[in-house]
Amino acid sequence: MTQRNLIEAVNDALTVAMSEDERVMIMGEDVGRNGGVFRATNGLIERFGDERVVDTPLAEAGIVGSAIGLAVYGLRPVAEIQFLGFSMQAFAQLLLQAARIRMRSLGRFSCPLVLRAPFGGGVRSLELHSDALEAHFVHTPGLKVVAPANPYDAKGLLLAAIEDPDPVIYLEPLRGYRAGRSEIPDGYYTVPLGKAAIVREGTDVTVIAWSAMVAVALEAAEMLADEGISLEVIDLRTLVPLDTATIVRSVQKTAHAIVIHEAPRTAGVGAEIVAQINERALYSLEAPVARVTGYDIIPPAGMEDSYLPNATRVMQAVHAVLDEQEP
Amino acid sequence: MANTAQEQNEGFQPPQPTRQTLQATSSTYFSQPFSVLAPDGTPQPGIQIEESADLLLKMYRWMVYGRIFDARLLNLQRQGRMFTYAPIIGQEAAQIGSSLALRQEDWLFGSYRDGLACVAHGLPLEHVILFFRGHPKAMMVPPDVNVFGQQIGIAEQIPHAVGVAWGMQLRKQRSATLALCGDGATSEGAFHEGLNFAGVLKAPFVLVCQNNGLAISVPRAKQTASETLAQKALAYGIAGRYVDGNDVIAMYREVRAALERARHGEGPTLIEAVTYRLGPHSASDDPKRYRSDAELTMWQDERDPLARLHGYLLHAGLWDEQRQQQLASELRDEITHVISNAVMEPFPEPEALFDYVYATPTQTQVEQRQALSATLQSSKKGVRFP
Repeated sequence: MTQRNLIEAVNDALTVAMSEDERVMIMGEDVGRNGGVFRATNGLIERFGDERVVDTPLAEAGIVGSAIGLAVYGLRPVAEIQFLGFSMQAFAQLLLQAARIRMRSLGRFSCPLVLRAPFGGGVRSLELHSDALEAHFVHTPGLKVVAPANPYDAKGLLLAAIEDPDPVIYLEPLRGYRAGRSEIPDGYYTVPLGKAAIVREGTDVTVIAWSAMVAVALEAAEMLADEGISLEVIDLRTLVPLDTATIVRSVQKTAHAIVIHEAPRTAGVGAEIVAQINERALYSLEAPVARVTGYDIIPPAGMEDSYLPNATRVMQAVHAVLDEQEP
Repeated sequence: MANTAQEQNEGFQPPQPTRQTLQATSSTYFSQPFSVLAPDGTPQPGIQIEESADLLLKMYRWMVYGRIFDARLLNLQRQGRMFTYAPIIGQEAAQIGSSLALRQEDWLFGSYRDGLACVAHGLPLEHVILFFRGHPKAMMVPPDVNVFGQQIGIAEQIPHAVGVAWGMQLRKQRSATLALCGDGATSEGAFHEGLNFAGVLKAPFVLVCQNNGLAISVPRAKQTASETLAQKALAYGIAGRYVDGNDVIAMYREVRAALERARHGEGPTLIEAVTYRLGPHSASDDPKRYRSDAELTMWQDERDPLARLHGYLLHAGLWDEQRQQQLASELRDEITHVISNAVMEPFPEPEALFDYVYATPTQTQVEQRQALSATLQSSKKGVRFP
């Protein structure tokens, strides 16, 4: 066991994966000599050489497009995009190519690549550096989408993503990179894709979150505990496949639910979760499911505090769903 | 500080073009495209035909095969048995010269108009028909065939081919990849990013750009201000060749040499094949709206790639009218057989579509699959759905 923050856990996962499997390689902008702009790949080029840790030209579609070729040919590329906003320049390759290779060839070819990118606000980064774009990937059959919230899951989910036979979008919470250290195991372990975690058990309201929003949910839970309100917090960990069963079981117990995400509200992942709850647990609910999300605006980075969900907004939503009475 | 920067700027000398670069610029990119045979099939002055009779007859056979199936497939579309079709006619030499230069272990990345090149590299013709029928088996190529489908997105196959070439390089394989694209593709970002990556990596990669003069209706002159497409190679620091794409021997020689350089670590090549699309862009296109009869007639009557090789074969005493009749009749029968099988290829049960999105379907998909099954079952029982 070693104390690691989230970015160190990512670095550890990459080191372990490259040691265990010679097919694994890393590619992206500044991932080599510089060790990544956030140091996720620190020390890897020295250890594994410049054939396996490759500084590519500055071109996201080229990175993803050539990673597709590498993956189809039998390698296991882990590509880094410096900020998720820049992945838009590779969208055609991700959504229309990588996601469809298995289906197009009825399994003759597959595309086991991992795309890592930090996302979300909270660190005062400029436009295109703070967007929460996960819904675009979640809406694309053929892609898996992973969004860990803590160092232990970050390592185990990244190793599971690299093992996975299909393309995985691995989203890292930018503001969670150095948010705290925890003890995580050395060596190889995986956290399975598609399994949510109940990170705080409770009885009154289910709060569903992922990535940086898990900390917001836990902060609200702590404050509400003083008022005698008990929140059950679910960290989804993986958005595709979605662990609907864990959500439904919890909602059947608490009869109240709130979804939190940073992304704009309309057609966000929260909308899908609300629909799943309605389809499977509507009669367990004592109030409509609430959403605490970003607004449908384009937030200037200097004003992100008024945009991002925080514990206060979560607490307001909790009071609102609990105050809702059957007529 | 400003002074330092200024001094540094003053000290900067722009790189002088070397004699080699200048020569390459003038002779490689701006002269007449390289050709071996004149349009009537006689060898160009000073050029020896070193290719074996077997190879020349193989090239010819494939080009005739392409010409026949192309007409048959366009007809098939007109009968409503394919959704659309992108005719190849006029580009047979560019595709066959490229494809026959490949070795079995090399990978080919084609677009939707490159069915002939794909078939010559081992893709069963049936798959070309299935592709235009929207059949999910279209790209399920046989395991020993290294053809990565027929890409629909313009230029998107270029970075894929560079990635596979990169993989071959990492795996120390003596093989290479070849991608085909059109002149319109040179305007796309993927063309630039792919070639730029290939140049930096020295990937074993060859890109044959079939400049057929038109991107649907937009003429080559409106795609780029570059005088030739081949000259773009210079900017990527890679080899470029300007070739008569209707001369199958010239194409074969240049593509084979480029693949050899690639396999020996000498980096990628961009080859511009100057050709012409004699047919419409697709089954729903009317080329009369954007090109003159005179232009079409010139290419049909004076530049047909089949006529050129045919002329040489006659001149060399390798061919006659009787053999021509025999070949055409044999290939017609073969193609008829493939078509009748392909149009009978059953579509899988709809539920099977859930099996290939991921290696293992998600729980959501399992539920959707069950719902689809129930719907299909009810339909079979005669329950009407709105």
